[in-house]
Amino acid sequence: MKEVIHTPVPSVEEEEYHINMGPQHPSTHGVLRLVVSLQGEIVKNLKPHCGYIHRGMEKMCEKDTYPQIIHLTDRMDYLSAHINNHAVCLLVENALQIEVPERVKYIRTIMDELCRIQSHQLWWASFGMDLGGLTCFFYGLRDREKILDIWEETTGARFLQSYYTPGGLMWDIHPDFQKNVKAFIKYFRKKIRDYEKILSGNVIFTERSRNIGLMTKEEAISYGVTGPSGRGSGWSCDIRKHHPYALYDKVEFKEILYHEGDTLARYMVRMDEMYESMHIIEQLIDNIPEGDFSAKMKAVIKLPAGEYYQRVESARGDLGIYCISDGNKTPYRMKFRTPSFSNLSVLDHISRDLKIADLVAIGGSLDLVIPDIDR
Amino acid sequence: MNSFFNYFADIFSGVKSLLIGMSVTGKYFFSPGQIVTQQYPENRKTLKMYERFKGEVIMPHDANNHHRCTGCAICELNCPNGSIEIVSARIDGPDGKKVRVIDKHIYHLGMCTFCSLCVKTCPENALAFGQEFEHAVFDRSVLTKILNQPGSSIIKGTEE
Repeated sequence: MKEVIHTPVPSVEEEEYHINMGPQHPSTHGVLRLVVSLQGEIVKNLKPHCGYIHRGMEKMCEKDTYPQIIHLTDRMDYLSAHINNHAVCLLVENALQIEVPERVKYIRTIMDELCRIQSHQLWWASFGMDLGGLTCFFYGLRDREKILDIWEETTGARFLQSYYTPGGLMWDIHPDFQKNVKAFIKYFRKKIRDYEKILSGNVIFTERSRNIGLMTKEEAISYGVTGPSGRGSGWSCDIRKHHPYALYDKVEFKEILYHEGDTLARYMVRMDEMYESMHIIEQLIDNIPEGDFSAKMKAVIKLPAGEYYQRVESARGDLGIYCISDGNKTPYRMKFRTPSFSNLSVLDHISRDLKIADLVAIGGSLDLVIPDIDR
Repeated sequence: MNSFFNYFADIFSGVKSLLIGMSVTGKYFFSPGQIVTQQYPENRKTLKMYERFKGEVIMPHDANNHHRCTGCAICELNCPNGSIEIVSARIDGPDGKKVRVIDKHIYHLGMCTFCSLCVKTCPENALAFGQEFEHAVFDRSVLTKILNQPGSSIIKGTEE
């Protein structure tokens, strides 16, 4: 008689199983694939699989001249296109020690802050939609459209502007630019109160976000979670304050810090940053000095041989560009330290032992842009 | 007793927060004057893009079918992804010297990323951005365009 071997079969409650969240999932906002190990509804661990939108941007930079690189950086973090362009321009200008005209600095700072506002507006819209408030999506996109119109008038493009060039700007601002920006600020100061009413105080939203996805300050530092996500954990990491560029050392603004480290804190940081960005624009918009919109640059830009690093504060965090030049008109090596990539790395840690529905809220609060992860 | 009171306080504050949110949506529901949606295919006749709008790269021609392109190929050099090809020829000029004239200015719209480097760097301002944006076609070979019109020639005075 044969002996029957009984292997212990895990019960349904104990058994771990894997599901793919993405690459086509409404809440990942792009082609991000998360392999989630679940026990019932509880997330046990999570592995991000990157590369679905990898375009080899760093390698492409090695054959492009410095002005040509700018249009590629637009396509990294497309929601902070101006800020990415700013990083490359600052890298070239600092390497060549070119002083850009004062007018350029004013316009760049205003454009960067408009960029931050529209990025946070779209984030607010999609975050509300992820958590079940479809109205947010319409309201957020409606107000973002105003900024896109202002950009279209000045830069000619709504989304991927490539407006900055090393040494200055592609074109001067449109004559109506100042008037339209002031009208927008006036409009948006009214509309952002709707945002607060509809989502910030909403009981369903606060119950789903408070004490969800807790991240301590130490964890934020060790994972390199910068930007609003890191500042929600109390880590003072704003490049605009610590390493000022453009006019950020001249304007007055607060670095928003929240110490709770949960999803709601990350939400509140972004809401308050929209007020701060409007405050920065209001200080600058009336005082744009007359002058050239570009410094004199050589037709072929060659950086002296050496290593360069430039950081800017994009809407998602610390964007760093590391460049090795061998003295040619193209860089020898270009490396982008993109904020979304580091912010994604903490997702596994902070979503453990929570429900899979909370994963959507946490992923939304980190504000990931997928082309920024894959580059 | 205290927890009993808190339970009902939570319910009432929750319902109040929902009503505040619904008052915002209700406000928009009863004021249709704030509708911002454009009826796009219907408003095509009146739709006007901004003058700087980057729809496609064009080469403006004047009434006598003259353009300003000398065929110097600076736009071709500056294009980051090879969207522009210039085919030029050398012909005998009026004073016996060889003069370069443009044969074809080929523009691949399907590859263009609208970085505006060609328009910006053209020394003769021969290129500009057109306002056309409805570029969807069934055959991608249609997207390869020749910008200089047939029979066109360069404006007198801009030759090299």
